[in-house]
Parts: sequence; C-alpha cells; structure tokens
Amino acid sequence: MASSTVIPPPTAPFATGKKEFGLSGFCSSQPFSSRKSRKSASKKIVSVMAPQQAERRPATTGSVKNAMTMTEKILARASEKPALSPGDNVWVDVDVLMTHDVCGPGSFGIFKKEFGENAKVWDREKIVIIPDHYIFTSDERANRNVDILRDFCKEQNIKYFYDIKDLSDFKVNPDYKGVCHIALAQEGHCRPGEVLLGTDSHTCTAGAFGQFATGIGNTDAGFALGTGKILLKVPPTLRFVMEGEMPEYLMAKDLILQIIGEISVAGATYKSMEFVGSTVESLNMEERMTLCNMVVEAGGKNGVVPADSTTFEYLKDKTSKPYEPVYSDEKARFLSEYRFDISKLEPLVAKPHSPDKRALARECKDVKIDRVYIGSCTGGKTEDFLAAAKVFLASGKKVKVPTFLVPATQKVWLDLYTLPVPGSGGKTCSQIFEEAGCDTPASPSCGACLGGPRDTYARMNEPKVCVSTTNRNFPGRMGHKEGQIYLASPFTAAASALTGYVTDPRDFLQ
Amino acid sequence: MATPLQSRALNPSFAGLEPCRRPRRFLGRPHGLRLAPPSPGLSSCCSGLSASAGVAPLTARKAVAPRPASAAAAAGAAGEPATSFHGLCYVVRDNIDTDQIIPAEYLTLVPSNPAEYEKLGSYALIGLPESYETRFIEPNETKTKYKIVIGGENFGCGSSREHAPVALGAAGVVAVVAESYARIFFRNSVSTGEVYPLETDVRICEECRTGDTVTIELAESKLINHTTGKEYELKPIGDAGPVIEAGGIFAYARKTGMIPSQAA
Repeated sequence: MASSTVIPPPTAPFATGKKEFGLSGFCSSQPFSSRKSRKSASKKIVSVMAPQQAERRPATTGSVKNAMTMTEKILARASEKPALSPGDNVWVDVDVLMTHDVCGPGSFGIFKKEFGENAKVWDREKIVIIPDHYIFTSDERANRNVDILRDFCKEQNIKYFYDIKDLSDFKVNPDYKGVCHIALAQEGHCRPGEVLLGTDSHTCTAGAFGQFATGIGNTDAGFALGTGKILLKVPPTLRFVMEGEMPEYLMAKDLILQIIGEISVAGATYKSMEFVGSTVESLNMEERMTLCNMVVEAGGKNGVVPADSTTFEYLKDKTSKPYEPVYSDEKARFLSEYRFDISKLEPLVAKPHSPDKRALARECKDVKIDRVYIGSCTGGKTEDFLAAAKVFLASGKKVKVPTFLVPATQKVWLDLYTLPVPGSGGKTCSQIFEEAGCDTPASPSCGACLGGPRDTYARMNEPKVCVSTTNRNFPGRMGHKEGQIYLASPFTAAASALTGYVTDPRDFLQ
Repeated sequence: MATPLQSRALNPSFAGLEPCRRPRRFLGRPHGLRLAPPSPGLSSCCSGLSASAGVAPLTARKAVAPRPASAAAAAGAAGEPATSFHGLCYVVRDNIDTDQIIPAEYLTLVPSNPAEYEKLGSYALIGLPESYETRFIEPNETKTKYKIVIGGENFGCGSSREHAPVALGAAGVVAVVAESYARIFFRNSVSTGEVYPLETDVRICEECRTGDTVTIELAESKLINHTTGKEYELKPIGDAGPVIEAGGIFAYARKTGMIPSQAA
C-alpha cells in the first residue's frame, strides 16, 4: 500500500513539494483551542473534533510513507484501511445515504427486488429522503413518486424524511425542506470526515464540509440501502490553489466556472478536486458549497474544502454527532496542482451549450436575453439571493426581462422575507425583488433548473435565452432543446436582468 | 445482510467497476487508422483490472438470468455466448449528456417498474438537438433499430440518473462505443448491465456514420465497420465485462457466490 505503487500518467506529474504555504497555511490559522472551548460550552455537541495532529491512526499522522490527501484519508477511515492510494478499490462504509423523488422509487424497487419484499434497510437513521425535484406539478407520476417515498419511509421507519403532502401551499408542510443538497447542509447531515452518497450528481456539494460526497445510480443506492456499503475506487486528487483577495463583484460561481473552463467538462473525470488557498478560506459555507457543487461539471468524482473555523461555526447548532475532520498531509500526492490569482479574475459566464464554454461576462454584452433564473442547489441559497438583491439595490432600477426566483429550501425562502439586506436600511430581499419588478419568489424546489414536467414554474417551454445561476447548460436542460442558457453568478444574473443583455455586474457594483 | 459481502470485500474480480484512465487527448489523433491484429501494447495503460481481459475471453460464459432487455440478453439469444454484437450504429458527438439521452421530464418513469422501463426506452436519445436529422427511434416505435451507439468524448456526462443507461438498454442498444465516458454513466452501465460502455482511442464518431453496419467482437476488443471496411481496436472491457454479461452487479454477485443466490 506504499505510495510508491502509484503510477501517475506521464503527462501529469505529481505536484508534490510545490505547496510552499502548504497545510500550515490554513492549519495554523485555525484557533483550535478557542474552538474547543466553544464546542464544549455547547450542550448539543457530544464530542469535539480533533485537529490533525491528534489523529489516532498512525498511518494518517502524515508520515512520509503514508502521506495521503483528504479524500484518501476519508476513504481509508471508512474502509478501515491504514492507508490508501489512488486506484485502490475498497468497500466503504456509508455514513449518510440520500435519495429523492426522482431516483428514490427506482432505488427502492431494486432494494426490494434484490433483498426481498420484507427486507429492512441497513440503518434507518443513516438514510435521508428528500422530495425536491418534481413537487409543484400536476404530473400524476411525479406525485405518485413522492407517495412511493412516503410509503417506503413509513414501512422502514426512516428517521429523516422531509415530506410534503399539501402541494397548494408549501408553508403548511413544516417537514418539507426543498433542494436536497442545501437541505442536507441546513439540517446538519453534512459533517467533516464522513462519507455521504446521494442518487444525484450534485451530491458532491457536501464536499464543502470536508467530507467525501459523490453521486451514485439507483443500483448502487439499492445495494447501499441493504448493506450500507459501496465499492469505490480511490480517486487521485487535483489541487486547486486559489489565492488573493476576492473582488467584491466575484462569487464562488465565477471561481468554479474559471476552473471548469480551464480543465474542461471532462478534466476531472474520475478525480477528486481539492480547493485550498486564502481565497477559499475566506469563503462562507454557502459559497464553498457552490464551489464543490459544480465539480461534477468537470467530471469530478468529488470536491473537498478542508474544514476550518468557518465550517465548525456553521455546524455549531446543526449537529450533535461527533465528527472528525481530516486534512491532506503536507507530503500528500496530487495528480496536478492549479494556481489562480483570484484578485485578477473577472466575472464569467458559461455560454451555451456546455459548462466549460467560459467567457468574460463583458465579452457577451451584446447577447440579448429573454429571462433570468435565480435558483437551484448551485445558485438558490440565501447568499445567492442576498447577492442579487445587492445588485438591484445598487442600481435602484427595474428588471427588463422576466426574472424568476426559486429559493432552494423553505429556510432560504424564509430568509428572503426576514433577513435585512446589508446597506438597505432594513429592507428584505423580497422587498428589494418586488421593487425591482422580479417575479414573487416561488415555492422551494429544484424548479426549472432541470426542466422537469411541462407545468414546472419557469420552465423554458420555448427557445428562449436565459441567464441562470444553475449548473448545466446542455441542450434541453431547462426545458426546450433549442433554448440557450448562460450560466452565471447571482451578481451577473441580476445585472443581466437589469439590462436585458448579459452584463458584467461591475456596471452596477462599482 | 452485509456479512456475505464483507467476507468478500476485496474480491478482485468485483473490484473493477471503474476503468483506469489515460491522459486525455482532446484533439484526438490522426484518423483513418486501419488497425491490424490487436496490438497488445494498447491495453498496457490500464491497471490489472482491464489488462487481464485478454487472457479471460468471454466465450465460455453464458448469460445467466439477464433482464429482459439487458445487453447480454439482446446479444446472446437462448444462452449463446455474448461475444459479438452485430447491427446498425447510431453516431453522436462529444459530451452527450444525460439530458440528451433521457430528458428530465421523463424521469418520473421508474426504471424498476417493467412497464415504465419499456417506456423509458421509447424516449432514448430524444433530447438530441434537431441537428441530428435521423431519429434514433422512429415515431410510434418503442425500440431503436440501432443496436450500437457510437460517441466521442465524455459520453453520458451530467446527471447521475440511472435512467440514462436504462433508456438505452430498454430501447435495444447493446453497446456504446466512445472515446471516453463520464464516471457515473460508466458505472451505472456496468451496475445495471444495460449496455457495454466500450472505449476506443480512435475518434470513430468522425469515421462512422449513422446507419453503417458494424460488428463488435468483445473477446478480441475489436469493432468492424462493414460499410467502410475499417477495423478499430477497442480498449478491453476487463472485469466489467462479466458483470454486464450477467445482467448487473446483483446478478453477477449471485452468479459468483458473493451474495446468496436468491433473496427472500
């Protein structure tokens, strides 16, 4: 299992020893002692997370022989192996398995077919079931699929099921959350060092918490439902070092579009993507989630951001389960390393029809648009709406194209109606959106990000041009095959709404 | 429930669901390669997982209880060895994402439900843009006449929806041949046993045309285009082959004794 068995492709030499700022850069900046005291003061936390130097296993102390990346360490722990190298195939214990209304019924079908009609899931407390894709629709099959989730959860006594029964008003469904990846974080199911699987490609979002999170199909999910295990190949890690102060007109969406544009939609296929550097450290959790959310758009297996004080602060009132973050060893091997000076980056878009068709927003200023969509696991979080509100506030003008707002979760929706927008004199996002002439924020769900049934709110039923804060712009993604989608940050989306053209947010923010 | 699996946790033959990758070549390589007898050198890029395929030909294997329309069943009628597939090919380009393979509006269909499985098949590749003039499935048909799909780079990128390989398999596709695959699509193809996700180093999506007659010789890792008379070397499918042939991971695990032969 020595690391010498790793054979890198000849064209991509390992980038060991290039990290002059290395781990110490973010480790030393973490106030471990103060965090501990804060933790122990909270009654909810039953254990404190251990910093790297307190790891119990000898093989993960960062010795020269077994230096590992974060992803390798998480998988090593979950497979009870002292050390792992990229390419190793291991059976991994699953900490959390998530499924939703689109893939849940099929996964349950496979589970029952293979393990028997009366079979029980491996652990009813480790399964999280989140209806979120096709909820506010009259499509009978879509509604039936939510019923199937409900029946299964009842039969199996699943502990975490975020049900919705009354589709006429989501607010009367206190259990309903909305978009699974954001709900997982908000409900405290994302914890550093753990393994989270989901039947959705954007499950990688949870890597923002320093955990291993990846998307799987129904068959693998059916298997995991019965066994709590999955066979995984340990991926090699690409390291993305982002340094420099983030300009106030940029968001994490710009960073990930920059990266995907750099390495292409297949540049990270089978690989892990680790994000480090002073810029990443400065990002809040929701922004880190945006970063990790789109690693799958580069083909990545998972993305990770090392857990730090920002992570622990976010988790403080969300989970009482003990967790143990892990960090890449200083001598860990990375397949390659990419460095970015973020202070020089400009607002970006991905042009139709691929997330790697990167362009500067200002280069697309002549592209006339028909609509703007702000929503999804990528761009429908509270911070995303705050950013859009900031642009509307700064301009004081009205939108020139229909602007659709779909909060990811019920919590996000509530934030739009309650949180004061900084610098607005106490106005909420919803007030600012109303003044700007946007559509009223819709019921939280995946919405039109992936098209969905024909009657889905804001679905592109005609060949329109849309600037969207979502994650994919392949043909037909938001409905119509000939529709054109420009992926952008909430800043850029809001600026574009104000002009009716793809617009650099600096036109309003500076 | 986990015990039988745990005891076989490292069964090497089950541990090959993801193929080893070569460095990417985005611009392809000189085309028109007419490949003589398969060169053993080409398989050396892969780890032991696939490199062993050459010494373990599939000729002796038989399809065991495959699903109604799984790749193995379609290929080998009445228990014939599934070693070669013959039929018309449908050619697509790079980055065919899962929304083009099966648009999201059809994801309300549950693949494990037999009637809906068939319906999923009827929508396979319906998301391709209008620039694809030839339809993959004729109007009012539920199956395709193209048994083999030929693609470029990064086939099956995007969503983790297992509906994608299922739709292809349900439509009657036996194998996809592409330069590379998105990870989850590849894995789902193997887990379900719906289609063989085969790889080639040659940019055959520029050399084959929709409607060409092709044969895939699995054991020899070869694709023959009878219309053009050209032959192409495929990368060995390796240990994923027997899993697909059996009809997916569960069927394979039962067949090889990794899990009990029949659930309750």
